[in-house]
Amino acid sequence: MHEMSIAQGILDIVLKTAAEHNAVKVGCVKLLIGQMTQVEPESLKFGFAALSVGTIADGAVIDITITPLIGECSSCGQQFTVEKFSFLCPLCHSANIVVVSGRELAVDYLEVE
Amino acid sequence: MQIKVMTNILEQNDQVAASLQDRFAKAGIFVLNLLGSPGCGKTSLLENTIGALKEKLSIAVIEGDLFTAKDAQRIEQHGVPVVQINTSGGCHLDANMIDSVLDCLDLTSLDMIVIENVGNLVCPAEFNIGEDSKATVLSITEGDDKPLKYPLIFKQASAVILNKVDLLPYTNFDMQSAVKDITSIHPGVTLLQVSCQTGTGLEGWYNWLSEQVRIKKARRASDV
Repeated sequence: MHEMSIAQGILDIVLKTAAEHNAVKVGCVKLLIGQMTQVEPESLKFGFAALSVGTIADGAVIDITITPLIGECSSCGQQFTVEKFSFLCPLCHSANIVVVSGRELAVDYLEVE
Repeated sequence: MQIKVMTNILEQNDQVAASLQDRFAKAGIFVLNLLGSPGCGKTSLLENTIGALKEKLSIAVIEGDLFTAKDAQRIEQHGVPVVQINTSGGCHLDANMIDSVLDCLDLTSLDMIVIENVGNLVCPAEFNIGEDSKATVLSITEGDDKPLKYPLIFKQASAVILNKVDLLPYTNFDMQSAVKDITSIHPGVTLLQVSCQTGTGLEGWYNWLSEQVRIKKARRASDV
């Protein structure tokens, strides 16, 4: 369950950021998780809750936004939602695709007191 | 109060991975992150590879395993340096683990390091460990549906090795469907069909690896 490692990464970022702003309590942690990541949201919340006990982030709400998997064709510029993990341009059939969204694993913002 | 953060959760891992990449680049060593399910044949592939290439290339192996040193013992018999990392139940290797064992290897004498990750199609795909390339092994007996079930590990891989092709007549594995799914997830990926038992297709794998080593050395030479 690598969600524990990811939860630890989140907690490190949260506590460092909160300390820099002299926060005394973290109420909410907003996360961006890409559709094409191997993260199970419930496991991540469980891991964060377990690791944050005794810190100022104990009891913080983990609010997750799943970002859609979007590709951009480097040949014709078309942006498209990647369906069934097919990384081929639906317009010109080029295989030269850049993933512009869907691989995020980021702390977006915190709500603190 | 709201604080905008926008920080990559794996930033710490990625920073260590980048510093590892620097060390490998300076030494001109090609580093492969070998991925795949438990039992897909990662260690067998590695044993064959060492046997075929150790006269031409100086190879070292880092073995990731939950609890045992069984794979490291297999590799050791082939007479190449091997370091064991036990993750104690952890489902993947991360960059810090590689960093912590690197001093066990003499980087000045190596052409290639193969890091055999923990057997798992999910977690290791998310963690960079300083490698140049990932290679994912999928064995015929696992089924042709796995690429679409675990797309990330096939998307991240520079090479996909379909192993145990000698068992094709005994399974309902649909090669055409598997190849179509893998190449649609990762157009242009190097796709090899091999059998570590019979040796079928392994020459292509050795050539691919030798080419990666050559490219890495050429890049180092042009940087100096």
